[in-house]
Amino acid sequence: MAHAYTPGLRITDHARIRRERRLPLKGTVLSAVGERVAAEQVVARCDLPGNVQTLNLAARLALDPARVPPALLLPIGTAVRKDQPIASARALFGLVRNTITAPTDGTIESVSNVSGQLIFREPPIPVEVTAYVEGVVQEVLPKEGVIVETEAAFLQGIFGIGGETWGEIAAAVERPGDDLTESRLRPEHRGKIVVGGAHVSFSALMRARELGIAGVVVGGFDDQDLRQLLGRDLGVAITGSEELGITLVLTEGFGRIRMSDRAWSLLARFAGRAASMSGATQIRAGVMRPEILIPHAESGAGSGTAADGGLEIGSLLRVIREPHFGRIGRVTELPSELQALESEARVRVLVVEFTAGGERAVVPRANVERIAD
Amino acid sequence: MPPPEDVRSILATDCGSTTTKAILIEKRGDEYRLVVRGEAPTTVEAPFEDVTRGVLNAVREVEELAGRKILDGDRILSPERNGEGVDLYVSTSSAGGGLQMMVSGLVLQMTGESAQRAALGAGAIVMDVIALNDGRRTHEKIRRLRSLRPDMILLSGGTDGGDVKRVAEIAEMLVAADPKARLGAGYELPVIYAGNRDAAAIVSERLAQRTALTIVDNLRPTLDRENLGPARDAIHELFMEHVMAHAPGYKKLMTWTPVPIMPTPGAVGLIIEAVARQDQLAVVGVDIGGATTDVFSVFGGVFNRTVSANLGMSYSISNVMAEAGIENILRWVPFEVDEATLRNRIKNKMIRPTTVPQTLEDLVIEQAIAREALRLAFEQHRTLAVGLKGVQTERTISDIMHQTASGSSLVDLATLDLLIGSGGVLSHAPRRVQAALMMIDAFLPEGLTELAVDSIFMAPQLGVLSTVHEPAATQVFHRDCLIRLGSVLAPTGPGKAGQPCVTVEVSAPGSPTADRRVPFGELALLPLPAEGRAHLVAAPERGFDVGAGKGRPLEAEIRGGVCGLIVDARGRHPFTLPTETSERIAKLRGWNRALGMYAREV
Repeated sequence: MAHAYTPGLRITDHARIRRERRLPLKGTVLSAVGERVAAEQVVARCDLPGNVQTLNLAARLALDPARVPPALLLPIGTAVRKDQPIASARALFGLVRNTITAPTDGTIESVSNVSGQLIFREPPIPVEVTAYVEGVVQEVLPKEGVIVETEAAFLQGIFGIGGETWGEIAAAVERPGDDLTESRLRPEHRGKIVVGGAHVSFSALMRARELGIAGVVVGGFDDQDLRQLLGRDLGVAITGSEELGITLVLTEGFGRIRMSDRAWSLLARFAGRAASMSGATQIRAGVMRPEILIPHAESGAGSGTAADGGLEIGSLLRVIREPHFGRIGRVTELPSELQALESEARVRVLVVEFTAGGERAVVPRANVERIAD
Repeated sequence: MPPPEDVRSILATDCGSTTTKAILIEKRGDEYRLVVRGEAPTTVEAPFEDVTRGVLNAVREVEELAGRKILDGDRILSPERNGEGVDLYVSTSSAGGGLQMMVSGLVLQMTGESAQRAALGAGAIVMDVIALNDGRRTHEKIRRLRSLRPDMILLSGGTDGGDVKRVAEIAEMLVAADPKARLGAGYELPVIYAGNRDAAAIVSERLAQRTALTIVDNLRPTLDRENLGPARDAIHELFMEHVMAHAPGYKKLMTWTPVPIMPTPGAVGLIIEAVARQDQLAVVGVDIGGATTDVFSVFGGVFNRTVSANLGMSYSISNVMAEAGIENILRWVPFEVDEATLRNRIKNKMIRPTTVPQTLEDLVIEQAIAREALRLAFEQHRTLAVGLKGVQTERTISDIMHQTASGSSLVDLATLDLLIGSGGVLSHAPRRVQAALMMIDAFLPEGLTELAVDSIFMAPQLGVLSTVHEPAATQVFHRDCLIRLGSVLAPTGPGKAGQPCVTVEVSAPGSPTADRRVPFGELALLPLPAEGRAHLVAAPERGFDVGAGKGRPLEAEIRGGVCGLIVDARGRHPFTLPTETSERIAKLRGWNRALGMYAREV
């Protein structure tokens, strides 16, 4: 392939970020353009149509379906209370009157003269959308939501679980290679986004939840622990809607993997600042990665350093697959011909010189991600 | 479009969810041949959001490789003039997640299943099948209809002249759910009604105001007849009109080609069907991708396709583990692996789906996962590729002796002639014999079956080409697309490890005759010429059947292939692997040695 992208997650201490906050259905927008909003502030609201119940009136009233509509006691569209009579008909040669009552509060939506079914809709379910991140409303999407813009430090993780949350950044370990153990978690971490190092275990994560910690950011987590947490094997990587009581973002992957220096130094630098965090991940077309946003107004010295673009001699990179998984180094050669790997597959490769140790290795180009200097 | 006989050059693209592939075909003498292939990342996502960027990039690579001008700026030159441009341009697409549908019928096993077959045959991913007897309560079905956002819905139900009331019930359920389309919040959801014609007026009354309703002929006009054509055609038409038109850049792409853009799997199905029809073969084709695995079959002239939406080798790799169970993956690995490590490795592939195995051990693990993905996809296919259910069949004495109840699977491995594999893990396996054994282990063919792989996955482009130029499509398919691996001969019947099972003799012009006695429980490889044909004589021991009856010898002319003839005497019904770890590892290593699977022992 002449055109190739090198994967790279965005980590930057200053960026202008926009987040669309849209309702699932049309409703009311509560904020105006230019308004400064807090992360937890509700910016739009709507009512989802209530659940539907079907009542087989033809069977229950012993009527031919064509005679069901006249048996209704109230017009279509009427709101009724639970147990209020809604349809009635005489049975047994007119000796007995059968009456059907509303199964719950709701509205009579429709009735069919073909199937004899009545569609009954339960009360609407209110839905609110928050601003998620502190910032300014840049645009109002009429009846649908807003676009909030903020200037923030921004970090994308590789995988996450749990929904949107907010809290102050707090480092609970000293170094990016440390593990976040139960003993490092303290009551004062309540409501905060706690930064660990290389790994968090299932028991430590449960302890964090007990303490009321809003979110945890670490390098790695074990799949066995993920299974225990979710109660099932995660098949397809579409996450974010789990109700776990805590949000987890992994910066590196599965297993024990030292958090990258870049992620670590950014989070450490902004310790004590308020941040927004989402675990939502979707690894499909339209890739969505989990994120941490730390709003701040200072213009960053090294701002906007996303690690995109092609690889060149001297590019700093990290290997993202065995046998050198997690190691960092610089490109020393970029041979154009395909080369055979140990697996005998012929692919495009590069030669990397590892920062720690200085030895060199041949690695498929598909197995590295470029990281910013 | 020029008349087929005047077409000298053809450009065909397939816009996949991650890669756009372009091929250039030229007429050389009397035959059409593949000239070059180019590829580029698909550009339906931000920042490009225009599929034609990826198409142009892939075509530019074709231009460079072929040394021929095809583009004039951002335009495909057509027709060909003075060696520049092409006479015909065609394209398929699965970008943006392909075509996602919900289908419904009255009875799950009858019209529900027919509707599912129509949608799958048209190249769709079926998100759910709603039926009156699907075990869910009405409000649960309504909630489901509302929560999924399909590209379109196929509504069937009832035979012509049958029940109207039940069809109305399903239409009313749809009205109550008021489902929204996946793309474009502002447009109406396309709904196709292909049910009882007597209920068409009621369905129209209920749905015409709320959806983009199309009414076509009933897909199950009588219990014993399926008529899937009109529904499939309507799906293709609506796919173009609604789904493609809302995907970024497709409106422009549609103006570049005189032939409708097809969903990728629909196109692959067409070429497989064409090959089976041309050579009167029973064919199974499988395409294992990163997110999905498609299985196609033609048995007794009946075409079936299924898609396993969450079985694949990158995006869906973790779901293969979830569905198959880790122990089923580990059973194919000829060394000990710690479960926790394997789990983390699989998840790391899922979150970084474009990485490739570097070590031999890593490759072996990926190939173990592929076996399970293929096996599960094929199991799903067998349950859907069935005869019509609910049909009263008149049975003759011979039917009773050889019972084929209605609703039984049409897939009969004993009559399978050709098994074709496609997708990265099969097409790009470092040794072709690895692809052969992965397919054998997953599908467990019986008797004599030919094996092939799609060299560079160009079946989609050839499928859409077959709709306007079948000779060009099938010529390129046979000569440039298929790589003939050879055949597998698998005796069926019970046996004990080491007991005599089958004696095989292969002779080919210009080569010495090769013969081998293969005991039960073993694999053996006999060479075949890469091209041309060879004569096979297989003499099974008493109790074993190689396709001619128990203990009866089989003589056949077989096609050559790059791997040879694999004799698989490991047993069928059941095929088992030792449960004890060291014994299992020793067996797997022995089989790998017998076929020359890897450069060293793993």
